[in-house]
Amino acid sequence: MIEVRNVWKRFGTQEVLRGASLCIDRGEAVVIIGRSGGGKSVLLKHLVALLQPDSGEVRVDGQNLCALTERELLVVRRKFGMLFQGAALFDSLTVFENVAFVLQRERTHSAEEIRRLVAEALEWVELPGIESKKPSELSGGMRKRVGLARTLVYRPEILLYDEPTTGLDPVASANIDGLIRRVWEEFKVTSIAVTHDMASARRISNRILMLHEGAIYADGPTAEILASTDPVVNHFVNGIPSGKPTF
Amino acid sequence: MVLALLQTRIRNFVRELGELAELTGEAFASLRHQRPSWHDFIAQLHFVGVKSQSVVITTGAATGMVLCAQTYFQFHKVKMDTATGAVVSVGMSSELGPVLACLMLTARVGAAMAAELGTMKVTEQIDALRTLATHPVDYLVVPRFLACTAAAPLLTAEAVVVGIIASWLVGVHLLGIDSAYYLANMNRYTSPEDIMTGLIKATLFGAAIALVGCHKGLSCRGGAEGVGRATTESVVTSSITILVSNFFLTLFLTRLFKS
Repeated sequence: MIEVRNVWKRFGTQEVLRGASLCIDRGEAVVIIGRSGGGKSVLLKHLVALLQPDSGEVRVDGQNLCALTERELLVVRRKFGMLFQGAALFDSLTVFENVAFVLQRERTHSAEEIRRLVAEALEWVELPGIESKKPSELSGGMRKRVGLARTLVYRPEILLYDEPTTGLDPVASANIDGLIRRVWEEFKVTSIAVTHDMASARRISNRILMLHEGAIYADGPTAEILASTDPVVNHFVNGIPSGKPTF
Repeated sequence: MVLALLQTRIRNFVRELGELAELTGEAFASLRHQRPSWHDFIAQLHFVGVKSQSVVITTGAATGMVLCAQTYFQFHKVKMDTATGAVVSVGMSSELGPVLACLMLTARVGAAMAAELGTMKVTEQIDALRTLATHPVDYLVVPRFLACTAAAPLLTAEAVVVGIIASWLVGVHLLGIDSAYYLANMNRYTSPEDIMTGLIKATLFGAAIALVGCHKGLSCRGGAEGVGRATTESVVTSSITILVSNFFLTLFLTRLFKS
C-alpha cells in the first residue's frame, strides 16, 4: 500500500504541493489527473522517492521513504517500475542493454536467461527483434514501449507512468494504453499513472484522483469522476475553458 | 550590493565544496559496498587513456621542445648549454608534465563527463537509473573516477617521456648541444623524487578531474543551456583546482621527500 500524508513541496518561490494526501491499495489502477504544471509528475516522483517532500511523509508498505538513505531506498525501489515521459532510455546503450539493465546489474541470471527474458519482454510490448537498435533509431511510441519492457523484465509490483501518451498520435496512444491495461490485468501490478489525457485516463484506470492547487481535490471511481458535476472537476474533464485565459 | 554578491559567491563555493566532498565520500562508500563493474571500468579506461593519446603526446612534445629552446637561449648566455637537459627533465617530470597533461585531460575528459552526465540528468536518465535500483555513483561515478585516477599518471609519464625525447632532438640535433653531456646532466640532476612528485600529482589531478566532471554533470539543471554551463564550469573548476593545488602539492611533496 502507498500512503502520501500531507506532503508539501516548494521549488524556489513556487509551492507545487500543498498538503497532498492519498492512499493507494495493492492491485489498483489509478490515474492522477490535473492541469499541466499542477504538480502531478512531482507527486509521482515522491512516490518512488526521486523527490523528497519539504514536509509530510510517503509510506510504501508501511515504510517511511523520507527516513531512508539513498542506498536504503535502492531496496524499496526494486518494487517499482517507472515509465518516464520521454521514456528515459539510456542512449549510449542498445535496446537489449537497456532492457537487460537490471538483470545484468543484479548478476543473478545467466547470459542465456537474460537473452530469453529480454526477448520475452520485447515480444510482450510487440517489438520483437529490435535488440540491436539504439534508442535514437526508435520512434516516440517505440521508445515508450521499450521503456515499458525495461521495467516489465524484472517484474515490479508497482508501475508508475508519467504522462504515458504525451507526444503520441491517437493510434500510438491507444496502443500504449492497451499495453498498460494488459500489464495491470496480467501481472496484477499496482498501476499509477499521471496524465491530462482524459481518453487515456478512461482506458487505463478504475479510480481517478484529481490534483488541484497542490492537493487532492477529487477521488473516486473512474466513471463517477468522469460524470462529476463539481464545477472544477467537470471543467477539467470536459475541457471547458475557465473564465480568463491561462497559459 | 557588492557585499551581497560576495556573500552569495562564497556561500555557493562552500556549498559546492561540501557537495564535492559528499560525492567523494559516496564514491569511496560505493567501493566498499560493491565490486565495481570491470566492463564499465575498461570502457572508461579506453575513453580516458587510449583516446587521449594524441592530445597528450602532442602536449608533451610541444612543451619539451619549447622548454628546451627557451632554456638553451638563456643558458647559452652563461655557457651552461649542457644543463638544458636537466632543466627540461626536472621541469617536465615534476611540474609541466602533470599540470599540462592533466589540463588537457580536463578539457577532453572532464568536459565530456560533465556533458554526458548532464545530458543524462536533464533527460531523466539519472532518475531512470535510480528507479532501476541503481545508485548513480556506483554506475556512473566510480568507473570514471577509477579510470581517470589510473590513466592520469600513465598519460603524464607518457607526456614526460615524449617531452624529454623531443627536447633531446631539438637540443642535440637543432641547437647543437653535446648529446653525452646533455644526457649525463639530465641523469645527474633528475632524482626519483622528481618523478614520484609528478606521478603523485597526476594521480590526484586525475581523481579531481573525474570528481569535478561527474559532480557538475550530476548537479546540472535546465536543458541544453544547463548542460553547456555544467561543461564550462567543469573545465574552469578543474583547471583552477589543478593550478592552485599544484603549488601546495609542490611545497608539501618537496618537504615530504626531503624528510
